[in-house]
Amino acid sequence: MAFNSIYEIAGSAMRAQTVRLNTVASNLANADSVAGSEQKAYHALKPVFATLYQSMDVSGGQTGPMLGNATVRVADLVQSDRNVDRRYEPNNPIADGKGFVYYSNVNVVEEMADMMSASRTFQSAADVITRTNSMQQSLLRLGQS
Amino acid sequence: MGISVDKALGVHQYALAMQVERSRVIAGNLANVDTPGYLARDYDFKTALKDVASGVANMSSQDRLPDADFSSDLRYRVPMQPSEDGNTSELGVEQTQFASNAMDFQTSLTFLNLTLGGIRKAIEGQ
Repeated sequence: MAFNSIYEIAGSAMRAQTVRLNTVASNLANADSVAGSEQKAYHALKPVFATLYQSMDVSGGQTGPMLGNATVRVADLVQSDRNVDRRYEPNNPIADGKGFVYYSNVNVVEEMADMMSASRTFQSAADVITRTNSMQQSLLRLGQS
Repeated sequence: MGISVDKALGVHQYALAMQVERSRVIAGNLANVDTPGYLARDYDFKTALKDVASGVANMSSQDRLPDADFSSDLRYRVPMQPSEDGNTSELGVEQTQFASNAMDFQTSLTFLNLTLGGIRKAIEGQ
């Protein structure tokens, strides 16, 4: 019975979505960060997900990617390469020589949508665990009563 | 005359193993719902169980049931709406499949419980 690997798969999804929620939180927190140069400006962080197949032995002794657990992992965190927002604010103390300041390239609407998607997937992983738990418990009661 | 418990339980013990396997695969689909390029998979439940069912129907009371192996019945899901990043795992579809699979599991368990209750009654002579 493969109950343990189901917990592992759902757990990996919850871990990955937590990382995604963390990046959303940092991006939203830094949405209005200002810097004195384009390089120093905050660039939105985006996680890159990848599937991790863990092959497992079955009764026949066959091993292969076909029978693998499809867990998910965060392969990388990349910075958004969208142009940062340059504004002319000569009175700002950190403005550069020409009077420009550089705002972050965070798109708040995109981040909110990302956050909803992440929490939705997290929720479905939690539901998988709940349901698997009840399947396992009813299997333990097999033959009783 | 002996009671063959294997035969009495019939195909439901295989259905149970199959449903646990299937929930593992669908849990993988659900976990990778946001992974670019992930190809969702599922078992061809009908053909997998049909082979086992014919084997169970033809066996004599002395036969032992063979070990179940469903690995050759793993198929790729055909998406309803192809997505731009190549991911074929759709949250709604996978959640529905997972829920109905869990329901089927409970059904198989109920059948097994009823059968076991019947066997117990036969043994106790009530």
